[in-house]
Amino acid sequence: MPVQPAAQPNPGPFVSLRGITKSFPGVLANAAIDLNLYASEIHALLGENGAGKSTLMKILYGFYRADSGQILLNGKPISIRSPRDARSIRIGMVFQDFSLIPALSVAENIALFLPHLPFVLNHKEINRRILDFSKRYDLQVNPGALVSQLSIGEQQKVEILKLLLADARLLILDEPTRVLAPHEAEALFKILNGLRKDGYTIVLITHKMKDVLECADRITVLRGGHLAGTLLRSDASEDKLVALMFEKKLTPLNVKPRSVQLEAGVPLLELRAAETRAAGLETSLKAIDLKVHAGEIVGVAGVSGNGQKELGDLALGMIKCARGRKFLFGRDYTHRSIQQVRRNGVGYIPENPLTMAIAPFMTVLQNMALTRTWKYSRVGGLRMDWKEVKADAEYTMQALEFSFPLYVPARSLSGGNLQRMVIVREMTQEPRLIIASYLTRGLDVQSTIAARQALIQARENGAGVLLISEDLEELFTLCDRLIVLFGGEVAGSFKPEDTNIYEVGHLMTGSEGQHDKNR
Amino acid sequence: MTKIAETVNRFPAGGQKVLQTVVRYLLMILLACIMFGVILVIAGKDPIASYKDILSSTLGSAYGFSEVIVSMIPMLLTALAVALPFKVGLINIGGEGQLYIGAAFATFGALTFPNLPAWVLLPLMVILGMLGGALWAFIPGYLKSIGLVNETITSLLLNSVAPKIVGFLILGFWHSPRDTVRTPNFVDAARLSTFFGTRVHLGLVIGLILLIVFWLVMKYTRWGLEMGAIGSNPQAARRNGIPLAKYLVVIMCLGGAIAGLAGMVQVSGFYGTLFPNFSMGLGFMGFMICWLAGGDPLGIVLMAFVVSVIYSGGNLLQLTRGLPYAVINILLAFTLFIVLGRPNFFKGKKS
Repeated sequence: MPVQPAAQPNPGPFVSLRGITKSFPGVLANAAIDLNLYASEIHALLGENGAGKSTLMKILYGFYRADSGQILLNGKPISIRSPRDARSIRIGMVFQDFSLIPALSVAENIALFLPHLPFVLNHKEINRRILDFSKRYDLQVNPGALVSQLSIGEQQKVEILKLLLADARLLILDEPTRVLAPHEAEALFKILNGLRKDGYTIVLITHKMKDVLECADRITVLRGGHLAGTLLRSDASEDKLVALMFEKKLTPLNVKPRSVQLEAGVPLLELRAAETRAAGLETSLKAIDLKVHAGEIVGVAGVSGNGQKELGDLALGMIKCARGRKFLFGRDYTHRSIQQVRRNGVGYIPENPLTMAIAPFMTVLQNMALTRTWKYSRVGGLRMDWKEVKADAEYTMQALEFSFPLYVPARSLSGGNLQRMVIVREMTQEPRLIIASYLTRGLDVQSTIAARQALIQARENGAGVLLISEDLEELFTLCDRLIVLFGGEVAGSFKPEDTNIYEVGHLMTGSEGQHDKNR
Repeated sequence: MTKIAETVNRFPAGGQKVLQTVVRYLLMILLACIMFGVILVIAGKDPIASYKDILSSTLGSAYGFSEVIVSMIPMLLTALAVALPFKVGLINIGGEGQLYIGAAFATFGALTFPNLPAWVLLPLMVILGMLGGALWAFIPGYLKSIGLVNETITSLLLNSVAPKIVGFLILGFWHSPRDTVRTPNFVDAARLSTFFGTRVHLGLVIGLILLIVFWLVMKYTRWGLEMGAIGSNPQAARRNGIPLAKYLVVIMCLGGAIAGLAGMVQVSGFYGTLFPNFSMGLGFMGFMICWLAGGDPLGIVLMAFVVSVIYSGGNLLQLTRGLPYAVINILLAFTLFIVLGRPNFFKGKKS
């Protein structure tokens, strides 16, 4: 199956993985996977969440150890026991969540990573090397800037520079485009192209078809821990890749026209001139007026950091109303606790499941019970009815066609499975109001469709949905109404059919109208 | 759909796990003893004979053994007073202070109502002791719950306040007519009953029962689940509708109540009187034991026992081997280091 790339100076592969197998409790993450990586290539590793892409690369980087199989470097078997070993044979990896220290400068972060760091730092020399590399590969960053002041895209550049200065020849990037805006992603691909020309090997872990077709030379597809196939870019097409990624055909999203009359009855959620006071890095919400009725999906568009998180938290009760009032189901909930909000049928899918929704050291099943401990407790709380928790969870999992292990610690789930877990938990309680932030972040194509379908189903059943998202396509497909948040204020309120992506995009960035805020 | 090859998730069976824990701790203590043996050799003493002395004086006789149990009783409670708040992520270093205030409250009961029958007076003292400890823990707990001050710092600082208050009460109001530095002896009705003619008192039963209750609550109940969620991720727990602030205050107060109970048990069961500095670091000892045991109830019993053996034996080394009493701290420190290093002797046996 391995195919020689066209421009290939060396005959053999730079690194070969042979029969790599790795299992975690409850999951076979990699089953006898073979992979060849050549110099001067961009190799995409494509697959759904939990297909085993990250695990395979973490084995190569020495982060995990394979149960069996071997790794060959230039044809000779080697053993990689730690990331340190991997770095010594010039393999580097950029993780999904970066590993930079925000309080230090770019140069300091890079210096920390270098092998053979002298006792006294030679700042000039390090800065010179950083500038060298950044000029050659278009990785412009200011070495003196603090990492905390950099944008996500710039932080990624620093991560790549870090590897380059440490002499890595093989760069592994774990879902690099996940956090990037479209134009930032394009810039990244250009950088990767430049690196490839100079003989670097780049492994791109991704589940986005677009990334793969845009820049990869060869594409390896994993499915459920197994190798589904390796293709040359020239042989690959979207259809072929989809067929390799999924065993069955995708069911397209079925958006029925809304059946419930809009503006009918008392709104499920109503904010009247609600304001919050920002703590730390949060954004203050200013005079928010918002209604979510039964049977409608209200979208909230905006660039991350303009008050979306605060809006979700305000609706839930996580932050207090400094001014104005909040009504849920027609009753004043301004000063009610989260417990009361939850108990009255509010589901909440936060933007980051790991930090905001789950207890990582408890099992998935235990996590399933957390939002409704009152419902599953027996004998006044002395006992929990785990059978019912399991039955409820499995029922929803089946309905959504999600599957993940229930008896493993939640932290061992992949990012996509965590998101699925939270969606299942929140849908299980058949909420009357759903607050969903970045619903499909980290989900693959199929799960994205399932998650969106679940929202539509909930709407059909008469629930209201507040959908916070940066994905305008998603908002335009799903929403009945749309508001745009900018700088903590509602910058616009539309029906999707009365506006277009460009108008909303301008409002999101504050580039149109009277929004002369200091952003 | 992701196809996941689900293998059965195997946890070691309950009994086997307990056995492993016990053997593991015993091996760790053996290691500490070997290291301390080296120190003894350097000091020119015979380690084998010294250990023989320690063991025969503590475990070798019924009397010695009972004395070990006696010194272990308050440690069980002060360790639990740390273990419980730790489940919700609170670090309670205030056991020492809570113990003093609890003892003072219980003493107040014993001195004010000497004519009540035991079956009324003892429960009253228990309630007063727990109330005192809880009040003392409420201060750091409440300040933490409103997001104002870290409970670690406040509970630690309050430790130096409590003994002063107790000293003031004794010297100012409660001291006996004949002796200005302690209260009069408690009436018999205010003393916890002892067993089999030893000094082992009812506090042992109280401590063990509370540890079992703690274990059951954490394992089976709704509150245990919610506490686990708070300990694992407080932000998420709050968003999931678990009343975080309420839990922080209540659990901190419960922890304080247990430490206060330790104070009550100590004055009622052991001394039968209250005097300044009666604790001699029981609260801190409980903190250490809890951390050594990783908050595990069975581990707390084991570690409390071991620490008691070391302390009781240390007294004897001073007499028979001419070693300064402080050397026993070296053995204790070795134990601390090794247990905190958590060597895993069962690596090979993991499936």
